[in-house]
Amino acid sequence: MMCSLWEVIGAGSGQSARHLWDADTSIVLSDLLEGTILGGRAEALRGRSVLIATRSQLTAALALVELDGVARRLVLCPPDLAAGHVPAVMARAAVDAILSDLDTSDFASCGVECFAPLSRGVMRADTQLPRDQATEWVLLTSGTTGIPKMVVHSLSGLTGAIGAGGERNPSPIWSTFYDIRRYGGLQVLLRALIDGGSLVLPGSHEALGDFLARAGAHGVTHISGTPSHWRRALMSPAARRIAPRYVRLSGEIADQAILDSLQAFYLNVAVAHAFATTEAGVAFDVGDGLTGFPASLVEREAAAVEMKVEDGSLRIRSARTGFRYLSTSDLLKDEDGFVDTGDMVERRGDRYHFVGRRDGIINVGGLKVHPEEVEAVINSHSQVQMSLVRARKNPITGAVVVAEVLLRPQRDQDESAVERGTLMGEIIAGCRRALAPHKVPAAIRFVPSLEVAASGKLVRAVG
Amino acid sequence: MAIRSAVIEQFTRVADEQNKTIANLSDEVVLLDSGFDSLCFAIIVARLEDMLGIDPFRTVEEVLFPTTLGEFIGLYERAAR
Repeated sequence: MMCSLWEVIGAGSGQSARHLWDADTSIVLSDLLEGTILGGRAEALRGRSVLIATRSQLTAALALVELDGVARRLVLCPPDLAAGHVPAVMARAAVDAILSDLDTSDFASCGVECFAPLSRGVMRADTQLPRDQATEWVLLTSGTTGIPKMVVHSLSGLTGAIGAGGERNPSPIWSTFYDIRRYGGLQVLLRALIDGGSLVLPGSHEALGDFLARAGAHGVTHISGTPSHWRRALMSPAARRIAPRYVRLSGEIADQAILDSLQAFYLNVAVAHAFATTEAGVAFDVGDGLTGFPASLVEREAAAVEMKVEDGSLRIRSARTGFRYLSTSDLLKDEDGFVDTGDMVERRGDRYHFVGRRDGIINVGGLKVHPEEVEAVINSHSQVQMSLVRARKNPITGAVVVAEVLLRPQRDQDESAVERGTLMGEIIAGCRRALAPHKVPAAIRFVPSLEVAASGKLVRAVG
Repeated sequence: MAIRSAVIEQFTRVADEQNKTIANLSDEVVLLDSGFDSLCFAIIVARLEDMLGIDPFRTVEEVLFPTTLGEFIGLYERAAR
């Protein structure tokens, strides 16, 4: 049986030299192991279903360490969960206690007991609680509309990829652009806690430049985010304030342009992209600097993570996948235990490439286009920072592909109309070389910014 | 006049981009015989919407799909009024 998170950290070493930092707090890991953020009230949460709804990521992290093995269920609220969805989330998870640093009157109407963490952070505890519950960890998906799906995991499933393969660094200093209450960010928190590291977390309203400067000051060595996070980070002058040895991308398709940009930007950095979803868990890491993944990973015998491609989408079976959705009739796995990721792949030679989401397909006169495959081509132009491809209604073909393009910062000002016209022509010519005619954008618009959601993914509005 | 020249410009540009050889662009030329496929028309309509701010196929009630280039231009000119 899996130990609790508190026990796993305690079994490691060097806790007195390890830290969790956010914008205004520094927690030493050994204090955390001997302390409490609930001032001795944690016992009252034994066996309960606890909603962790905090403003601060750090507080949520401390709560996870204190309550894993105590609570029956821990439900992690991402920061952008719409207030209107909270009652449904609570009902589905049978929440009977709330841990929150927010104004508890927000929750007064729900009739559930609220617990506020200590304002001073961690206080020394006289005794430590027995941690013998098999706690369910519930993560919310970053879906676009409606009530997010709630995926049930266990700590052992969530940590299944940690320490598996790859070189071990003695004391990594991790950071992430993700929020730790999402799958990608939680992986980083658990890696830092379990693998002997420290962690620099963004503050709730910290500007990107300030966060990068602070991460640099703490000497961050390992840092993760989505490709959209990274494209934005590289536009910040503060990107030079960090000098990571390991950069990890996940959550969206890592195209060749962003992999190459990061490799060129940071000296001697190892750039890896990982495939993981809230439902399917961590499937694999790719560290060869190339987009896509080796076809040899698929249909391997007796692998810890089994993968297959059916009807064009990647399917995953492993001990790292979620168990089930809470309170919906949707099945998380098929009858053989495979999770259908909905991520469409295409084999080219000895590699598979991600081409986009099944539900994001644009239909141009009956021909399919994945926005992401077009974006990858546009992003390969040297002056493009990032792009968003979407459908525009069209009376002739139902839809056409159009693109919004964000140029690299140094090119963003003083563009004459002529230069823009030339650039547009080059981008379209590049698309024509690489893509079938119906996939080439009918129109390109240069935009001053592209919206990235709290989940770190490009906002793909339907329209 | 501006609309006519905008339409002709887009026909010429898209023909060039799509490597289509097209008949001379007179008002009488039948669109389906002009060498363009439906993707070309879709692109032309999208670009004209960007340039002129109008999509007559959406804004004009009861669109009769134009058969000649002259009718196509007329559709845009009416929508612009």
